[in-house]
Amino acid sequence: MKRRMALAALLVALSITGVHAEVTAITGARVHTVGPAGTIENGTVVFEDGRIVAVGAGVQVPQGARRIDGSGKIITPGFFTPMGQIGLVEVSAVEGTVDYVQRGDRFSASFDVASAYNPRSTLVPTNRIEGITQALIAPEPDGADELGNESKVFSGLASVVNLGDGGDFLIQRGVAVVVNLGETGSEVAAGSRAAAFMVLRTALDDARDYARNIPAFEQGNSRDYSLSQADLETLRPVLGGTRSLLVRVNRANDILAVARLASDYDIRLIVLGGAEAWMVADELAQAQVAVVLDALGNLPRDFDHLNSRLDAASILSDAGVRFAIGAHGAAQNHNARNIAQSAGIAVANGLAWEDALAAITLAPALIYGVEDRVGSLEPGKRADLVVWQEDPLELTSYPEQVYIGGEAIEMESRQTLLRDRYLQREGQKPPAFH
Amino acid sequence: MKKTTLTVMACAVLFGCNGTDEKEEEAPAPFASRYAPLPSGPTLLQDATILTGTGARIDEADVLIREGQIAAVGEDVDAGDSQVFDASGMWITPGIIDVHSHLGVYPSPSVLAHADGNEISSPNTAEVWAEHSVWPQDPGFVTALAGGITSLQILPGSANLFGGRSVTLKNVPGRTVQSMKFPGAPYGLKMACGENPKRVYGERAQAPSTRMGNVAGYRKAWIAAADYLEKMESGENGEGEKPLRDLQLETLAGVLKGEILVHNHCYRADEMAVMIDIAREFDYEITAFHHAVEAYKVPDLLAANDICAAVWADWWGFKMEAFDGVRENAALVHDAGACAIVHSDDDYGIQRLNQEAAKVVGAAARAGIDIPPEQAIRWITSNPAKALGIAEDVGTLEAGKMADIAVWDGNPFSVYSQVIRVYIDGALVFERGNPEVNPMTDFTLGTTAMTGGAE
Repeated sequence: MKRRMALAALLVALSITGVHAEVTAITGARVHTVGPAGTIENGTVVFEDGRIVAVGAGVQVPQGARRIDGSGKIITPGFFTPMGQIGLVEVSAVEGTVDYVQRGDRFSASFDVASAYNPRSTLVPTNRIEGITQALIAPEPDGADELGNESKVFSGLASVVNLGDGGDFLIQRGVAVVVNLGETGSEVAAGSRAAAFMVLRTALDDARDYARNIPAFEQGNSRDYSLSQADLETLRPVLGGTRSLLVRVNRANDILAVARLASDYDIRLIVLGGAEAWMVADELAQAQVAVVLDALGNLPRDFDHLNSRLDAASILSDAGVRFAIGAHGAAQNHNARNIAQSAGIAVANGLAWEDALAAITLAPALIYGVEDRVGSLEPGKRADLVVWQEDPLELTSYPEQVYIGGEAIEMESRQTLLRDRYLQREGQKPPAFH
Repeated sequence: MKKTTLTVMACAVLFGCNGTDEKEEEAPAPFASRYAPLPSGPTLLQDATILTGTGARIDEADVLIREGQIAAVGEDVDAGDSQVFDASGMWITPGIIDVHSHLGVYPSPSVLAHADGNEISSPNTAEVWAEHSVWPQDPGFVTALAGGITSLQILPGSANLFGGRSVTLKNVPGRTVQSMKFPGAPYGLKMACGENPKRVYGERAQAPSTRMGNVAGYRKAWIAAADYLEKMESGENGEGEKPLRDLQLETLAGVLKGEILVHNHCYRADEMAVMIDIAREFDYEITAFHHAVEAYKVPDLLAANDICAAVWADWWGFKMEAFDGVRENAALVHDAGACAIVHSDDDYGIQRLNQEAAKVVGAAARAGIDIPPEQAIRWITSNPAKALGIAEDVGTLEAGKMADIAVWDGNPFSVYSQVIRVYIDGALVFERGNPEVNPMTDFTLGTTAMTGGAE
């Protein structure tokens, strides 16, 4: 009996400790909130149950909170990589690990990669220990398979995930439908960018007609549509403005053409790539078209990139265009961690530092409509944040600790394990034994 | 009188002869370098932080350029009659050297008509020369220049066991590849291990289709090359008939004679060890393993055999043999006393090799290995110069060397720093924001809205 009471008391004590341990306060740091509070010197961030509860200079640390001294440190929101396939690929050249390409006619707009997302992928720890806490995961086109099945103008649905360990990795499913125009569109639409454009317009007309005539469709009395019912259903919220169209397009006149189309159909448009977006920056700002920019693509790698340049981010910023900075080319997956480098290079080419940080945190959150949960350090948002010792955009800087959903993640990846194994060269036995 | 003047002028314009000496200069050997330094005057770069490339750092010091060469490096150098450039607050390094580039052979725009880097018709194409594919109008040369690149090796691709000869260029705009060739630089031979050759030929149900098939392919070729070399040398000594000249065997024999340097694409540590044994079997040297993603697993082996590891800062996972990439790779090689090189293999990466090196420095610091800037700079200057066989001419800031120099507006290992000026053989070839100075390729002219200069 006595023993049982003691046990009960212990359990009570443990549970109390447990409750309190869920409150964490990091104090005395320079906090870049990327929110309305701006940058706070000697600031405190308090989070509880995975959410931020307070951020500020004069914030009282709740009693019993776990207190972490952040003096001399820098805190930023976790970075958000605005385009890629983390968790949808392990080794790019090993086809069985690549889950973001869809070919053939069965699905197009509705192809939903989120069901393939693997939170245990080696790409997840490798990127998150460098400060990436959010990622857009999106389908992409690729060449035809052995049977001749080809990718299409519509690649499918993109989602936003967090890179935490929990099962609740989805921040928001199906935020955008990915579309390929320009040279890529031409490749997947019978050899002309005009054809790709017509495929898009026809699909939107079909989706609109379908939405107005669902009972007729169910009874088999509707006209023929270019897409399956699943695809038409996917496009309905696009027409309603609650799901974006993420359009891969780089040449200036193509960007303007799709911006006009978006205006015709009242669609939320995001330009992906945007090599020549700077040339039509004023029009994009006016039409509230956002850009997910490849800020490093300064070579004429094809005829859609003739005018790409390194100061594009700064020009878009001056014009008031909302933009996020994405990784360059193949770096968007295994090396999504390099978006901080891209942001730093944009600063070297004229972008304000604060705007560069926003371009890899709050801007993608706003662009994909998840800013109520992530992107900045504000009460109510997820506690996805990074503690740095130095300027987070610098090449020699690295996170001291990353928090995802309030959890201090293990600062370890397969790469750090390999490194540590080969750092110790002592011993009689091969590295496999240590 | 009039006629005489015209004759002299024609002589000067057409043949480059001077005054009364009417004798034409001997024409250079076919395919030899026709590089001539651009005009330059004496220049003093004053009061900068200097990373010499030898492992030294000198603060508030000067570099004197005279007659295309480095005349002096140090504190309080006398300007004499030279033009003084105030470089206070700036950093000066040797011109950056990329040991692995495909500029010109895979130029921009990267259309099929421009894909001239991989002769994918046989696993052994030692007979092809990259210089015969180089398109001097590749806009990538100019953007690389804006990143401080003054010399670079252009390699054939890695589809084949023997990809062909490489060429080392000075990064000066030229109408012809001959006018870009680094004078006196040895040729390289591109070899490739691993996945690429066995995939390309395996898919055609042709050898090699396995790694052991790769190795058999190298060994057979070296046996033939050794035989060719022996017969050729006997023939030259009047013992027997000289064999018919064979371009493929000629290149391989050049390696056996030590005249052509082996640049071996090889990702995996275990394959590097096999390649080292093949080199021992046929008595040749491997100069560098390129894309040596697993070099950190065998730095002792590389040090013992004096082989450089040319690596990316952080590329990994794009194929199986790149799955074990770590960011500390170059640093672990360096720390073990072997020769580390950071290379690009990429027309974007080549624009900021300094940043790639910086990422390695950052990762190394996290692993407890401190590498100061004066050491890290060697990965992109003196070490690649050594691997290209041009270390006597470039790669460090030392008196008597070619004045190939990059001037930065800050520490080159900061993401915010940019190249302000580039000199090649003492000539100013790039100045940030100055279209008067900066080159522009023919392709760029009239296709872009830019008004000139490297963007």
